[in-house]
Amino acid sequence: MKLTQTDVWRGVAILLVFFVLAWLPAVPGADGWLSIVVPITMYTVLATSWAIFSGPTHYVSLATAAFFGVGSYTLALGLDSVPYPLLLLMAAVLGGVMAALVGWATLRLSGVYFVIFTLGLAELIRQVFTWYQNNMGGTRGSYVFTDFTDAHIYWQLLALALLVYLVGWLINRSRLGFAIRIIGGDESVAKHSGINVAWSKIVLFMVSGSVAAVVGAILAPRFVYIEPAMAFNPQLSFMVVIMALLGGTQRLWGPLMGAIPFALVWEIIASNFPAQTTLLMGLAFLLVVFYIPNGISGVVLRWYHQARARQGVNHE
Amino acid sequence: MKLKTLSTLVGAVTLAGAAVFSGSALAEDTIRIGAAAPKTGPLAGGAAVTYWPNVELWAHQVNERGGILLSDGERHPVEIIEYDDRTNPTETIRAVQRLATSDGVDFIIPPYGTGMALATAPIFDRLGYPMINVTAITDQTDALTDRYDGVFFTLGKTTPLAQGIARLAADMKANGEVGDRLAMVNVADAFGIELAEAARGIFEEAGFDIVYSTSYPPTIQDVTPIINSALDADPDLFVAFSYPPDTFALTEQAQVSGLMDEVDVFYTAVANAFPAYRNRFGDSINGVYGVGGVNPEDPAFVEYKEAHMDVTGAEPDYWASAVMYSSLQVLEQAIEGVGTLDRQAVTEYLKNNSFDTVMGEWTFENQQITNYWTVGQWQNGDFYGLGSTEGMDGTADPM
Repeated sequence: MKLTQTDVWRGVAILLVFFVLAWLPAVPGADGWLSIVVPITMYTVLATSWAIFSGPTHYVSLATAAFFGVGSYTLALGLDSVPYPLLLLMAAVLGGVMAALVGWATLRLSGVYFVIFTLGLAELIRQVFTWYQNNMGGTRGSYVFTDFTDAHIYWQLLALALLVYLVGWLINRSRLGFAIRIIGGDESVAKHSGINVAWSKIVLFMVSGSVAAVVGAILAPRFVYIEPAMAFNPQLSFMVVIMALLGGTQRLWGPLMGAIPFALVWEIIASNFPAQTTLLMGLAFLLVVFYIPNGISGVVLRWYHQARARQGVNHE
Repeated sequence: MKLKTLSTLVGAVTLAGAAVFSGSALAEDTIRIGAAAPKTGPLAGGAAVTYWPNVELWAHQVNERGGILLSDGERHPVEIIEYDDRTNPTETIRAVQRLATSDGVDFIIPPYGTGMALATAPIFDRLGYPMINVTAITDQTDALTDRYDGVFFTLGKTTPLAQGIARLAADMKANGEVGDRLAMVNVADAFGIELAEAARGIFEEAGFDIVYSTSYPPTIQDVTPIINSALDADPDLFVAFSYPPDTFALTEQAQVSGLMDEVDVFYTAVANAFPAYRNRFGDSINGVYGVGGVNPEDPAFVEYKEAHMDVTGAEPDYWASAVMYSSLQVLEQAIEGVGTLDRQAVTEYLKNNSFDTVMGEWTFENQQITNYWTVGQWQNGDFYGLGSTEGMDGTADPM
C-alpha cells in the first residue's frame, strides 16, 4: 500500500482537525454546548460505521440499537469488576462476534429480509436481557456510577471517530473495499469473479457492529440508569440510517454532513417549538427527501465538480 | 432549487446560532423556572396526569399571590419554561442543559420518570441546581445522595413500596383474613422487575404459597392467558406489579373472568391510583389495592384537589400528584426562606429546614423523605393510603 503526497497531507490535516476539536471542552461556556456536541459525535460515529457496511453493499441494517445496547450492558454489568478500558474492548469483541453470527445467518438473505431481521434483532436481544434481569440478575446492571463528564465521553467518541475514519479509509483502499464495491454493483458478477461474497459482507458488518457496541459502552455512563427499553431503543437505528442517508453514503465524510445539520435543525425545533417537535421534524424530513435526495455530501460534491468545471473553462 | 437548498441550509444554521446564543436576558422581576418532561412518547400519559398539571397549578397559585417573596420585600412572579423531552434521556439531558445555560433559568423542576431524572442528576449537580425529585424511584437513593449534594428524593424507594403490599398481606394472613395461596405477576421492565424481586422475599418469608408466578413484556396486548392461568391456580391473592396499559388490561380481564370475585386481595401497581382507573371501572374496583396512596380526607389534600380541578380541569392522582405539588411548595418555601435566588443557599436551606406541604410536614433526612405511602386501596370512589414506611397520619383500614 503506497501513500501519495496528497494522502499524507490529508492525513495531517485530519489529525490537526481532530486535535483542534479535542480542545472544544476547554472553550468557555462549552459545558452547555457539549450536550449537543456529544450526540452529534455519537451519531457521526454510528452513521459513519453504518455507512462503511451499508453504503457500498446497499444492505440497510437496523441493528445499530442491538449492538449499542449490548455495549451499554457490557459496561453496566462489568463496571464493578473489570477495568474500564478492558470493558470497551469486550464490548467491541462482543459486538463483532454478534455481527458475525447475525451476518453468517442472514447476509445470504437479501434486501428486505435482512432489514426486517436486523430490526427484530434489537428487540430479540432486549428480550433476552430483560429475561436475564427478570429471572437471574435482578437490578444488576441497571446503574452506572462513574465520574465521567460529557467532556470525557466526548473525547472517547472523538478518538473512536478517528479510528473509524482510519479503518474506513483503509478498507476503501484494500482488496476488501474493492470487492465490496463490486458486490454493491452486482452481486452475481462479484461471485463469478471469484469474490467470497458472504465473507466480505460479514467482515464489514462486524466492523460496523463493533463500533456501535463500543459507542453504547462509552455512552452508558451518561445515562446513570439503564433500562432495556432505552438501551435497545429502535429509534436509534432509524436515526442513524436517516443521518447517514441525509449526509450521503458515497464518501466517508458523508454521514458527518448529515449528523451536524440534523442535530442543529433538531435543536432549533426542540427549543423553539417544544410542543410540535415531532410534527416539524417530519416536515423537515419531507423537505430533505424532496430537495436533497442524494444527501448533503452529494450536493457538496456536485458543487465541487461544477466549480472545477467552471475553473477549467476560465483557464482555457 | 439549488439556491433554495443553499438558502434553507444557511437559514437553518443561522437560526441555530441565534436560538442557542440568544439565551434571553434575565428579567429583573420574574423568577424563571425550567421544566423538562415528556409531552410525547411512552411516558407522556403519566406526565400529563402527575407532572404538568402540578407545574401549572403551582405557577398559577404563586402568581395569584403576586409571586415568591424575596428579601427585597417584593413578590416576584414565576415564569415556567417548558420543554418536551419525548421520553428520551438524551433529549432530557439536552433540555436540562439548555434550560441552565441558554435559558439561564433560576431553578429547574426535575424531569419525569426514573431514567430521565437519573440521567440528569449529574447535570443538576455540576451546574449547582437543587433537584427535588418526585417520580424517580430507586433503591439507589443513598448512593445518589452521597454522590450528588443537591439531589433530593421524595416519593420513596423501590423495596419499601413493594414491601407495602407484602407486609399488609402478611398481616392479613396472620389475622386469618386471607388464605396463603398467592398469584404474583410482574411486567418485565425495570421498575416491575425491581418491585417483584423485593416483594417475593417478603411473601415467601411470610409463608405464602406462590401458586402462580410469571412475568410478561411491557408491550403485551392480550392478558387473557395470564388471568386464566392465575384463575386455574385458585389463588387467594392476586398481586400484579404492573404498568399503566396492563394495569387496566389486567383489571378488566380479572373482572370478565371472575378472578376478581375469587380472590380476597387484588392488587395492581402503577396507574392504579389514577382517577382514570376509577373513572374506567367505577364502583367495581371497590376494595382493589394499589401502590402508593394519600389521605383523601385530609383537609390539605381536599383543598389541593379542589384547586387542582379548578385550575387544570383535571383531578390529581392519589399518589404522586400531591407529592409533586409538595416538592414545588418546598422549592418555593426554600427560596423564600433564603430570600434570594442563590441556588447553593437554597440547597442548604432544603437540607436544614422543615417544610409545610399538602403531604404534611417534610424534613429531608440524608436528602430524602423517609415517610411515604406504600400501599393503598380504593374505598367508595377514593383511594386511601393503608400503609406507609413510618406511619403516616390518617392511615385507613382495609375494607
